[in-house]
Amino acid sequence: MPAPKYWREIPQRYRLEGAKCKGCGQVYFPPRLICSSCKSREFEMVNLQREGELLTYTIIRVPPSQFTDQSPYAIGIVELDRGVKILSQIVDCDLDKLEIGQRMRIEFRKIYSEGEAGIICYGYKCVPV
Amino acid sequence: MREVAIIGVGMNKWGELWYKSLRDIFTESALLAIDDAGVDHIDSMYVGCMSSGLFVGQEHLSSLLADYLGVCPIPSARIESACASGGLALRIGFLDVASGASDIVLVGGVEKMTDVPVEGATFALSTAADQEYEVYSGITFPGLYAMMAQAHMHKYGTTREQLAQVAVKNHHNGSMNPLAQFPQKVTVENVINSVMIADPLRILDCSPITDGAAAVILCPMDIAKKICKKPLVKITGSGNATDTIALHSREDITEIRSTKVAAEKAYKMADKKPEDIDLAEVHDCFTIAEICVIEALGFVEKGKGGKATEGGLTALDGKIPVNTSGGLKSKGHPVGATGIAQVCEIVKQLRGEANDRQVKNAKVGLTQNMGGSGGSSVVHIMEVV
Ligand SMILES: [Zn+2]
Repeated sequence: MPAPKYWREIPQRYRLEGAKCKGCGQVYFPPRLICSSCKSREFEMVNLQREGELLTYTIIRVPPSQFTDQSPYAIGIVELDRGVKILSQIVDCDLDKLEIGQRMRIEFRKIYSEGEAGIICYGYKCVPV
Repeated sequence: MREVAIIGVGMNKWGELWYKSLRDIFTESALLAIDDAGVDHIDSMYVGCMSSGLFVGQEHLSSLLADYLGVCPIPSARIESACASGGLALRIGFLDVASGASDIVLVGGVEKMTDVPVEGATFALSTAADQEYEVYSGITFPGLYAMMAQAHMHKYGTTREQLAQVAVKNHHNGSMNPLAQFPQKVTVENVINSVMIADPLRILDCSPITDGAAAVILCPMDIAKKICKKPLVKITGSGNATDTIALHSREDITEIRSTKVAAEKAYKMADKKPEDIDLAEVHDCFTIAEICVIEALGFVEKGKGGKATEGGLTALDGKIPVNTSGGLKSKGHPVGATGIAQVCEIVKQLRGEANDRQVKNAKVGLTQNMGGSGGSSVVHIMEVV
């Protein structure tokens, strides 16, 4: 991955920085330049809540090549406590025991590593509470 | 706006066509459409193609395909909206004719997916999702649709068997389509015992990787009446709509809102309701997709798609036959070509040329083509006049 492409997303991947619309209060992750609801262009930075509820999930058994060493793994959509939804891997869990509605907590983890001399890519993953 | 007719359709056998190039599979289908229409020239052309750059390392299809079709210097454009590229190309061609800018327009779709290894194809397809906030976490397209399936099963009680019924029906229809990539029939047992890809979706819930193309010829109705020797098929409704690129950003992950909105626009334009539709070709990239789509099109109430499929509503002899061609599941899914192949099937059905899979008294047909996990959709309504 080109370094600038990785670097640009660090505030979101490492610190879960979102943007709260000053017009209507909607929180966006990642931040955007204009609110889809009220069209305001004024935002303030907020950190996302670190807990939420599992809305749906799947177990990936045929992964993209950079994830081969982790397969099979779970991925889900989690609705965080201030209403923002994210997609992330679910780790440190029993793949057979996942359930919609389960409480999840966000942790900072390694996502994957690129081959020789490539960078190690970090980000957020969820673990059952 | 002028009335627009479809006067020619062309499509060749789909599959793993390692012995044919992208330019040749496109040109073959385009020539079939030109011959079917009986026209001696075209005024402009539009080609749907999702990712020739990643699949075969070739961009600039506007020039390449016009060149190899021998029609330079006519205007030509390549249209991209992921897997809805073909459907969107049809809409652009329709608007070109309707506006009066062009008379005879060729609209095609093409994708050559098997020159790269499977991982390469998986990567190219994944670019239809949000690279930074979906794909980065290790999700795949089967994974995204699997999460829709899981949520649909949880919310509405849709069953594993009902998902399988979509594949069984579409492969049954595809067994009567000589152009289909996988014309083999399958049973519910075959589907639910096939290899797991992303729970609960198995390999037989997924559409395949395919090389293929398709093309149609459009012209204004007054010209069509003079030159067309076949039953006249008119495009009476056209709708296009978008939604968030990321599945997780949507309010309801079991609803394909872009399809719902595109369909509302097309119904309104054609002055038709869901119950007026005699048959439809829809985007069954995964079995769950067809279930969500027939709900979004208003063929069934929300949440009842699985049950309706099981009850035979969408079977060849049902009230609204869906995917009489075999759908993406059996016919194949060369992404950019899919939206145009759907139109080829509807035109053949409306003309009464669909042989063993002919739907009786087919007068009004609908096509629904979508990109990614539903970030874009295109719906068309066609009628025989
Ligand atoms: Zn706002």
